[in-house]
Amino acid sequence: MSETIYVVIDHTNGEIRNASWETLVLGQRMAAQSGFELHALILGDDPGPVAEQVGRKQLDSVIAVADPKLRSYEPDSHCAALSQVLAEDAPHILLMAHIYQNIDLAPKLAAAIGTGLLTDCIDYRWEGGGFTFVRQVFRNKIDAEIRIRSRHPWLVTVQSGAFNSDDLEDGSAPPASRVVDLASVQVRRESLETIEGMKGGVDLTKADIIVGVGRGIKKEENLQLIHDLAEALGAEIGASRPVVDNGWLERERQIGSSGQNVQPKLYVACGISGAIQHIVGMKGAQCIVAINSDPNAPIFNIANYGIVGDLLEIAPVLTRKIRELKS
Amino acid sequence: MKIVTCLKDVPGRDTRYQIGSGQNWINESDVTWEINECDEYALEEALKLKESLGGEVTLLTLGPQRSEKAMRKGLAMGADRGVHVVDTASRVLSPYPVAKALAAALEKEEFDLILAGTQSDDFSYAQTGVVLADLLGLPHATIVMEVAVDSDAKTVRVLREMESGWFQWVRLPLPAVLTIQAGISKVRYPSLKGIMQARRKEIRQINLEELGLDWEHMPSLEILSLAFPETDSKVEILEGPPETAVDALVDKLRREAKVL
Repeated sequence: MSETIYVVIDHTNGEIRNASWETLVLGQRMAAQSGFELHALILGDDPGPVAEQVGRKQLDSVIAVADPKLRSYEPDSHCAALSQVLAEDAPHILLMAHIYQNIDLAPKLAAAIGTGLLTDCIDYRWEGGGFTFVRQVFRNKIDAEIRIRSRHPWLVTVQSGAFNSDDLEDGSAPPASRVVDLASVQVRRESLETIEGMKGGVDLTKADIIVGVGRGIKKEENLQLIHDLAEALGAEIGASRPVVDNGWLERERQIGSSGQNVQPKLYVACGISGAIQHIVGMKGAQCIVAINSDPNAPIFNIANYGIVGDLLEIAPVLTRKIRELKS
Repeated sequence: MKIVTCLKDVPGRDTRYQIGSGQNWINESDVTWEINECDEYALEEALKLKESLGGEVTLLTLGPQRSEKAMRKGLAMGADRGVHVVDTASRVLSPYPVAKALAAALEKEEFDLILAGTQSDDFSYAQTGVVLADLLGLPHATIVMEVAVDSDAKTVRVLREMESGWFQWVRLPLPAVLTIQAGISKVRYPSLKGIMQARRKEIRQINLEELGLDWEHMPSLEILSLAFPETDSKVEILEGPPETAVDALVDKLRREAKVL
């Protein structure tokens, strides 16, 4: 029997998470290069419809794991279900999307089965018959190549946006299923209500120009410079997480993985270093300008134009020049 | 309520990284170490819970002797005492062995709640707190934005952040492990009085080597190499003093990018 790669496909209300499709792209590439088999795992109370969609991609099988206790996510049941399947099937690697649900689940699963977990990977290497993985470290400033040292299955989570779901290979995969016994699982976490935290009138997704402000603004008082610049440009103001966390701007202005996803024509990143959580929310902008004092800030990797310097000095000059241009 | 807060020190935000000669670690000689951001928020949350419910906050740190400085700051912020698992060999440790060592260090401690940062600003693995929970057989919740201990002090309600601006309330029995997200509240500064008191607060030291951990047989992550990312960046940096650079930028935005 050949070695196998498993990919967990996560879904909410029957809709497959895009990050899971992206993870499947990685799975297809790893399988193609190594010759390993590729199987998808879908957990849920009724995983059939999702399994059917996944079955139209190129894989060796789509494995449905159905149980009423898997209806919505909670770590005890999901960990037990995956542990049982992994113990029986013994894959080489299990891939999952690095989404909040799996940040909650994957370390528990790794501890429960006693194997290694590498989170938030952006790439892989296949050398000498073994996989290693690449991930960003030290505030995204350095790439590390890392080898997991443990028994199999290794657990690997994959950064959102590291792969493109448009690259999925179509195919036809036979359905399969596994039975799990969750009767003895003690569920300790009780899910209460789910709430939407960003009720407000700000819809940044429709803005043509956005001035994004980050930690580099330093003080709340300095935000006036950003308001002035936004006004001159006719732009909306967006923010990276630290600015919102400080209470300097409303949470609905947050851009990134826990905020809005925007695609303006012009995005002016002011004092934003470019943490991946922010970048996933604005990299679709047509033109990105970065103003930052640190020439090594990751934001410059995705910007079209950059100015390295003090935001507090540059923003007023830019505001003045824009006003001159428009008058 | 007895609360343990996990705290580690990481290279400061303004660190200009250099890769060390072995190519698999950074050159630490110029690094200034500070408390990991999420951990500072976790400590703040612990201190607030202590203020409203009474009890004790114990810091739990694994790190070389250097890490005591971060612990003293935590004590100055208001933690009562510390437990320092001293790593005399300055190992580069993976989440599982760290959690194993922390679990061993907690054997002689009493606690109702353990708080940890969701992730660290060095490796950002976002694993240690959850692995620790599982090793201790405790329930956990990650990416926590709000903590409310129920009146019987047997359960805790927590608000978990989810993607795209959604949040979820969940309830866990105590003791439990929560990993705290940055931005949950405003972190206090140590007061002068706090700094004075911190010098006399107890830090119980445990030698990592004496915990008898089986390093060879624990899952670990081996860093093969570090490299600055090769980017396909097409960024055009506009040089010169602000006036010159901004003039060039505005010109590019008008004529090249055609977005103004």
